[in-house]
Amino acid sequence: MNAQRAAWLFLTPALLVLGVFFLLPVIAALVLSLTDYDLYALADIRNLRFVALQNYWALLQRPLFWSALGHTVYFVAVGVPLSMGASLGAALLLNSPLARCKPFFRTALFAPVVTTVVATAVIWRYLFNTKYGWMNYALDGLGIHPVDWLGDPHWAMPTIILFAVWKNFGYNMIIFLAGLQAIPIDLYEAARIDGASAWRQFRHITWPMLGPTMLMVGILTVSGYFQLFAEPYVMTEGGPLQSTTSVLYLMYDEGFKWWNLGSASAVAFLLFIIMFAVTVLMLKLSRHRQHVDGEPA
Amino acid sequence: MNPRLAKALINGLLLGGTLVALFPLLWMLSVSFMPAGGASALPPPLLPAHPTMENYRVLFAHAGMGSYLFNSLLVSSAITVFSLAFNLMAGYAFAKLRFAGRERLFQALVGALVIPAQVAMLPLFLLLKYIGLVNSYAGVIVPGMATVFGIFLVRQYARGIPDELLEAARIDGAGEWRIFGQIVLPLLKPIMVTLAIFTFLAAWNDFMWPLIVLTGQEHYTLPIGLASLAREHAQDSELMMAGSVITVLPVLLLFLAMQRYYLEGLLLGSVKG
Amino acid sequence: MLMVGLAAGMPLLGSCAKPAIDSKVLTVWTVGREGEAILTLLPDFERAHPDIHVKVQQLPLTAAHQKLLTAFAGGSTPDMTQLGNTWLPEMVALDALEPLQARVDHSTVVRQDDYFASIWSTNMIDGTLYGVPWYVDTRLLFYRRDLLKAAGFDAPPHDWAQWRQMLAALSDPQRHGWGILLPTNEYEQLMSLALQQPDPLLRDGGRYGNFESAGFKRALAFYVDTFRLHQAPGITNVEAGNPWSEFGRGVYAFYLSGPWNIGEFRKRLPAAQQGDWSTAPLPGPDDSRTGIGSAGGSSLVIFRASTHKDAAWTLIEYLSQPTVQRRFYDLLGDMPPRRSSWEGGALRDDPKARAFREQLEKARPTPAVPEWERIATEMQLVAARAIAGELTIDQAAAEIDHRVDRILEKRRWVLDHPRPAAEHAR
Repeated sequence: MNAQRAAWLFLTPALLVLGVFFLLPVIAALVLSLTDYDLYALADIRNLRFVALQNYWALLQRPLFWSALGHTVYFVAVGVPLSMGASLGAALLLNSPLARCKPFFRTALFAPVVTTVVATAVIWRYLFNTKYGWMNYALDGLGIHPVDWLGDPHWAMPTIILFAVWKNFGYNMIIFLAGLQAIPIDLYEAARIDGASAWRQFRHITWPMLGPTMLMVGILTVSGYFQLFAEPYVMTEGGPLQSTTSVLYLMYDEGFKWWNLGSASAVAFLLFIIMFAVTVLMLKLSRHRQHVDGEPA
Repeated sequence: MNPRLAKALINGLLLGGTLVALFPLLWMLSVSFMPAGGASALPPPLLPAHPTMENYRVLFAHAGMGSYLFNSLLVSSAITVFSLAFNLMAGYAFAKLRFAGRERLFQALVGALVIPAQVAMLPLFLLLKYIGLVNSYAGVIVPGMATVFGIFLVRQYARGIPDELLEAARIDGAGEWRIFGQIVLPLLKPIMVTLAIFTFLAAWNDFMWPLIVLTGQEHYTLPIGLASLAREHAQDSELMMAGSVITVLPVLLLFLAMQRYYLEGLLLGSVKG
Repeated sequence: MLMVGLAAGMPLLGSCAKPAIDSKVLTVWTVGREGEAILTLLPDFERAHPDIHVKVQQLPLTAAHQKLLTAFAGGSTPDMTQLGNTWLPEMVALDALEPLQARVDHSTVVRQDDYFASIWSTNMIDGTLYGVPWYVDTRLLFYRRDLLKAAGFDAPPHDWAQWRQMLAALSDPQRHGWGILLPTNEYEQLMSLALQQPDPLLRDGGRYGNFESAGFKRALAFYVDTFRLHQAPGITNVEAGNPWSEFGRGVYAFYLSGPWNIGEFRKRLPAAQQGDWSTAPLPGPDDSRTGIGSAGGSSLVIFRASTHKDAAWTLIEYLSQPTVQRRFYDLLGDMPPRRSSWEGGALRDDPKARAFREQLEKARPTPAVPEWERIATEMQLVAARAIAGELTIDQAAAEIDHRVDRILEKRRWVLDHPRPAAEHAR
């Protein structure tokens, strides 16, 4: 009895904070998305009306929502594989017995992760400056015409993807590295005795053994990349021609620029539903593949 | 493959990767010491011809960087202290104290992790508006005072505390608070350090929520101040680089000093619950 | 125990939000590039009023709208701000602004009859004055005098028929020459043409769109025809890249834009070319309506929640003095809203500013509804589809009305459910 009370006392502060400042707002967001909370309601709350699913319906008919979703999916679909590929590559290199000064390399490769997005975005904006940036200078050295990286609607998103990969790959690299170190050495030794090449060892030992880590990292990275906001906010302001306006950017503009909180909440919930669906899909697919592949390792 | 060649290849690739990872940061540092317009040249200069502290002087004297730095330190420290206290208590309770509905409550919390924080932001703003916390330090601090991730991390670690230790103390008549303070907390020290660094870095780098809830310059944190400057002074790249250095350097140094704890926490947090 | 600490700490942290009541500190927000200029004007003001200390906060243009609304929602508005006159109706709908008529009536500096009438009227919402114009903006024609002359035209066009004739003579898409640049993602150009028409853009007190009126269709047809006849390229301002150098190279003979471009062209075009370009009032549908355009710009407003309204008004009066407005023009090229400010300094004898001076007398305000920016944006999106040939003029006009009526739905409902004056949100 006394222990019960003690337990709840220990829990209360955290639960109170999470309940009042997270759970309650989430529920409120659902309610808000069913109303037309806007400028007029901000002026006088009696101007608030219940509109059921109209916000959602209107959003699904809005080209801007679809294009924002398209840009976000583009960012996720290209950015996540690139990012995870870079992480895995770096982890394999670091895990190689031939690599030297491992602690130094590990720290250096990880450093971008702890930096502030806004600050590094400012740097990248300048590295990719059309006139004086290093990127175009290097391309010029290779005889390639300068590219208007952040000013051209076709190049702005790829530039942001490159930035995100640079900024984030170190995080997953550490997780992959731990995963690689957990693979028993004797598996490789047995393979080597059988005369398996490095590629075959990777394909038949490393890859399957890393499978569960890969899935978890993939899910976390996908949901992180769906929340694209600060990068376009600082680097392109959502432009040019709204080519880098992400779903969250749309939510921010809709909510805090135009003060349509009802429809902005609907944007937030649609994003949540999409992220949830993608996660479930990834879990399903991985289970399906395991069945098809038969026994792992 | 020839082992010597393989060795050269692997280390060469690592060196190349390191160069890509560090070049932007080193270049930022170098440009921050260039006079205005010094970086706008072809080829882009690597090192300042005439190093100057002018950019830093301008930032602190005219652009309010000093107060942004102070705000960031204050807000991040406060979030770290509060959330450390609350998460430790809750994580310990979930790991070691018996109460009805413990597992189900914990699962519900972890389940809530799938909800992106941004869903809550719009009503949270309205909530804080009615409490009167918009455009105040508290508006940034209060919502960050407990995190599911932190509770999860502490619980994972605290499960390793032997039950016998706690039972023995109870038999000796120690109250739950004393057990927590004198036995549990010392054992949780490593995870405390880890969690503190994690929280501090996350609070320092946080962008979207402070951007929304802080409306006046006097409360801006460094990322918000820098983003605002970057929109206003897009062409003054040397000045912006100095601003980036001020924003990035504190967390980078903190990480370098404590990286062992940070990387451990990263791995602990990513283990499947 | 911890909860007690928390409960005690929260109000403490919250109290940091409001600066200590100090009657001498006046907080002023500026939007965009005006912030730097005001800083150079302030020392004189503070010397004349040692009891007032002005604290300027510069909002980037792209973040200003969000900052203003969240500041209002959070009850942390400054004492006064610069406010674009299309944003004014929004702030009035929120009941955020202080009415100013009484102060104007007692002022020896701010004299209503000295201001351009239409600019002044953009600050009147439902008969109440909420702002004092600070600078003005109207869109008109920049043209290449030498190219026109070479094609046999001695003067810029007065009406649309002449304009069309010149556009035809000056356009040669084969050789990459166009009559005019009308970026398809900017609404100001079509809006200026539409404001020349007798029909208002909204009807029934701003309840419905009026884009199917004969007047708007005429403006839309003229606008779209310019593209269909290959007299303007169907590109956005991003694809257009650097319009100044292209205008200089003769890619475009006309450019429909605002006052700040006088400074841009002076800065960007070589000295030898400065005699080749000039400005002209916007051609009208007929001769009687030449020089009618949009009345834009920014005003100075005081927030209702301010505790330093008298000090704020003192600053508004200072910034409204003709001598100060002339200095402001010299710093930025922002044109003054009062006639006496134009009677001296660099403005009086500047031939390139003359067309603006003329047009400002005839400028017309845009509809004073909070939704106007969204409406104009939608109008342009539909117009761009008409340019692309996806819609006829009639279809486009109907589509704009359809979208605008949907945007105005809430406004209609609010107007039809009048309420006793709302309690001030504070």
